[in-house]
Amino acid sequence: MGMNWLLWSVLLVFLVFGSVPVGSDAGSDPDPDLHPDPPRDPHTPQHTPPHTPRRTFPVLTVQFQTVRKPFESALWILLASLLKLGFHIIPRFSSVVPESCVLIMVGLLVGALIKLLGETLPVLDTQLFFLVLLPPIILDAGYFLPIRPFGENLGTILVFAVVGTLWNSFFMGVVLYGVCLLEGSSQLAGVDLLACLLFSSIASAVDPVAVLAVFEEIHIHELLHILVFGESLLNDAVTVVLYHLFEEFAMMGEVTLVDVFLGVLCFFVVALGGVLVGAVYGLLAAITSRFTSHTRVIEPLFVFLYSYMAYLSAEVFHLSGIMALIACGVVMRPYVEANISHKSYTTIKYFLKMWSSLSETLIFIFLGVSTVAGPHTWNWTFVSATIVLCLLSRVLGVAGLTFFINKFRMVKLTGKDQFIVAYGGLRGAIAFSLAFLLSAEHFPMKNLFLTAIITVVFFTVFVQGMTIRPLVDLLAVKKKKETKFTINEEIHTQFLEHVLVGIEGVCGHYGHRHWKDKLGRLNASYLRRWLIVGERSQEPQLISFYNRLELEQALLVAESGTAGRLTPALPSSASLLAEKQKSVMNVSKEREQRIRKILRANLQKTSQRLRSYSRHALFLEEEEEDDWNEMKLQKQRLEMGRRMSHYLTVPANWQESPPLRRAKTESGNQVKESRPSAAVSVPIVSVESVPPSAPADSGMSPDKTADSPPQTVGGALKSLAGSGRGKGRKPSVTFALDVDEQKLPRCLSDPGPNKIDEEDEEHREWEV
Amino acid sequence: MGAFHSVPDDHQYHILSEKTGFSLEQIGILHNRFKQLSHNSDVLRRDDLNTIPDLASNPIKSQIVEAFFDGRNLRKDSEGPVQEIGFEEFLIVMSYFRPPSVHMTEEQREGIRRDKLRFLFNMHDTDNDGTITLEEYRHVVEELLSRSGSLGRETAKGIADAAMLEVANMSVGRMVQYLLSSVSWKYSRFIDKERNCCYIGIQSVLRKILVHSAYST
Repeated sequence: MGMNWLLWSVLLVFLVFGSVPVGSDAGSDPDPDLHPDPPRDPHTPQHTPPHTPRRTFPVLTVQFQTVRKPFESALWILLASLLKLGFHIIPRFSSVVPESCVLIMVGLLVGALIKLLGETLPVLDTQLFFLVLLPPIILDAGYFLPIRPFGENLGTILVFAVVGTLWNSFFMGVVLYGVCLLEGSSQLAGVDLLACLLFSSIASAVDPVAVLAVFEEIHIHELLHILVFGESLLNDAVTVVLYHLFEEFAMMGEVTLVDVFLGVLCFFVVALGGVLVGAVYGLLAAITSRFTSHTRVIEPLFVFLYSYMAYLSAEVFHLSGIMALIACGVVMRPYVEANISHKSYTTIKYFLKMWSSLSETLIFIFLGVSTVAGPHTWNWTFVSATIVLCLLSRVLGVAGLTFFINKFRMVKLTGKDQFIVAYGGLRGAIAFSLAFLLSAEHFPMKNLFLTAIITVVFFTVFVQGMTIRPLVDLLAVKKKKETKFTINEEIHTQFLEHVLVGIEGVCGHYGHRHWKDKLGRLNASYLRRWLIVGERSQEPQLISFYNRLELEQALLVAESGTAGRLTPALPSSASLLAEKQKSVMNVSKEREQRIRKILRANLQKTSQRLRSYSRHALFLEEEEEDDWNEMKLQKQRLEMGRRMSHYLTVPANWQESPPLRRAKTESGNQVKESRPSAAVSVPIVSVESVPPSAPADSGMSPDKTADSPPQTVGGALKSLAGSGRGKGRKPSVTFALDVDEQKLPRCLSDPGPNKIDEEDEEHREWEV
Repeated sequence: MGAFHSVPDDHQYHILSEKTGFSLEQIGILHNRFKQLSHNSDVLRRDDLNTIPDLASNPIKSQIVEAFFDGRNLRKDSEGPVQEIGFEEFLIVMSYFRPPSVHMTEEQREGIRRDKLRFLFNMHDTDNDGTITLEEYRHVVEELLSRSGSLGRETAKGIADAAMLEVANMSVGRMVQYLLSSVSWKYSRFIDKERNCCYIGIQSVLRKILVHSAYST
């Protein structure tokens, strides 16, 4: 508890001292006592006039102005991060109140503080928002977008995004105009129909930042999550078009039919143009990543730069920048991931998470600060009408559209689903920024709009954000499953896909599945060959999936093994996992015990049964097996070196432990062994990153000298995620089995309960 | 095998509709396709299905074709493969892909789900002994990777083994007769009236297979 108080006091100190320089005007002077002369550029030669008194050499000077801007920015970011830290230290709090609420409240607090101190408040600069704060969040969302559910529900998502947003805008705009007319007060007299429509188009767009912030914490099942989230991403195109459309119309004053038609055309141009721009940049990134095998350090940079360029290029033409970002991320991901090293992948993932988390925090804080700052025009009728209409139009829209959509869907959306979709339509900072962008001359009621939008945003984030979690529990909405990426699931996904395509073929029906299959084959035969370096282009997806799975498991085990011994020396990503590993490993140890007991009991039987298979399988006799294994391991060593450098460098120590024995390996199979018991330390292999061409001589394989079947040697580390290079020896991590059985014809490996990092589960999706 | 007149009449359609649950219109569409595939004869043979151009690039083509000629799927007493099927059998196989209609009770839905699972199980279990063994599973994985050349074959074994062990890990000590799915998966099907036939949608995936395998006691 003492730590908590310390943290809070630090935060308070920062708050107070931070608000002072932040709020100070440009012209304030630094402390004059230390430096009598006015601040001067230190590089200009000092032309002291002859009559100035000789002054002492200044040992310590204060020059705040030169570093002011970066200092302020860094201070804000530091403040935001410390707040995030503090927020998560208090466990009870974070489970009741969603993070976004807390951040807005902190923003309000900071704003109030600054105002009290009499300084000018920093307002949410829309340039800053759209060009710096928003892209990381969208890129993070787009890059890790789960493709499969997104693709399956694309029709539904598009209908919600396009038709739903249109309905919301028009319904709310018209009714609001009617309310303004009826109300008849002087404040609302200047509000005409077009202004109302513009306002409602801003206020009706579901905001991806807010949705992400809230939905990430409630863990509903995949379908609902992707529906709301996908809608919030795709409605950007509609919002952009409507916004510009109504702005133009309001400024021109009159609307003709041609204008309406052009507006519709504009929508298609904006949406498809954005996607096209994104796809082009995505392909460029994929091509570039083909050649980065010699400079792996800057690989993540290409991903970020190309995506950002896609966003900016789309913004140049007023196309939908968000859709460009999403398209870029989606297009480039499969190819880039096949080309870059594992470390680069980790870098990309963590950088994206870091930036998007930071952006989100800053956005909400600034929202709070701007609320305190902005000039407000409060009108009870307008504001309350806005809130009521927002809710009403959303509910009506979702209900009506679902009725229509369910006729075409396989899995119908139930009432509960509809409720969550409607309730999850949160508004956020994008709406606020768009309102801020309105020019005050053409829209004298801009302050009124701003106030109303802020109120709506606050309402949705606070009320809906806080209550959605208990509501989800109350309604017993299905939660997200523990997605363990099992190999069985993958096999059956593929199998079922092929069965379905086949049955479609038998029926002579060309459904969307058929075209998807064709696209997949086109992808495999052309795109993958050009865009993916080396032999991985030929790798079928089942194999790459399997390799990836093995790689992850090995890394997990490797890191968990070292976690107990080398904790300080480990990189932080491992310690992130180590936390989870400890708890998970304990569970799995019991399972391991159980499994080993049962396996031991069964092995006698299975060995005989399997031997009976072996007559026509590839079983060799025991003596031959040893030689075979020698040869195989030699080959593996060569392969390993090449693949290791490409995929992973596990900085661990080589440990040998006596009780380990090397179990036999079946010739035709890969060597995999069950996890060792608790008493035995896990042998980990140290591998230096070897250039691809050098023959592997990293000390990995076990001692080869012993011939007799039971050997006290550690396991052999096979390189993971290597593609089968012709010989098809795909190594994997092995650990010796502490088993008495001598007659094991094969080692049964336990890929184990998949202890994949939760973040990986949520954010990695493999395409099939 | 069912003796069908070349011009089917309503009466037979009604019988079929009751047996398989298709509507009359759907049966008509399927019959057209059947005649097209079988070149206007009464029976369909393996070669007729094997020569469908759309199936040519499908890695598990042989298993799909076999499924049509598998005695267990045809609800007959005979367990082995048959050589030719009539329209009725064709419809029966197709009916495995129907969605549960809205008017069904929960038990009926369960029954349908079981049928579908049984169908899939039969596709894996090629030696008709009611169990999927490691060899059969390996064969499945090999078939899936069969289009990717020789590199697929070696890793196929590894993949199949890992998969089997996963199952063993999850279902230690249990004996289950056939495929079961965990909670989240649904079958549904949608018949497209304009086009020729039907297609299937499977919304979520099998999470695990519990098999009566080499690892049971």
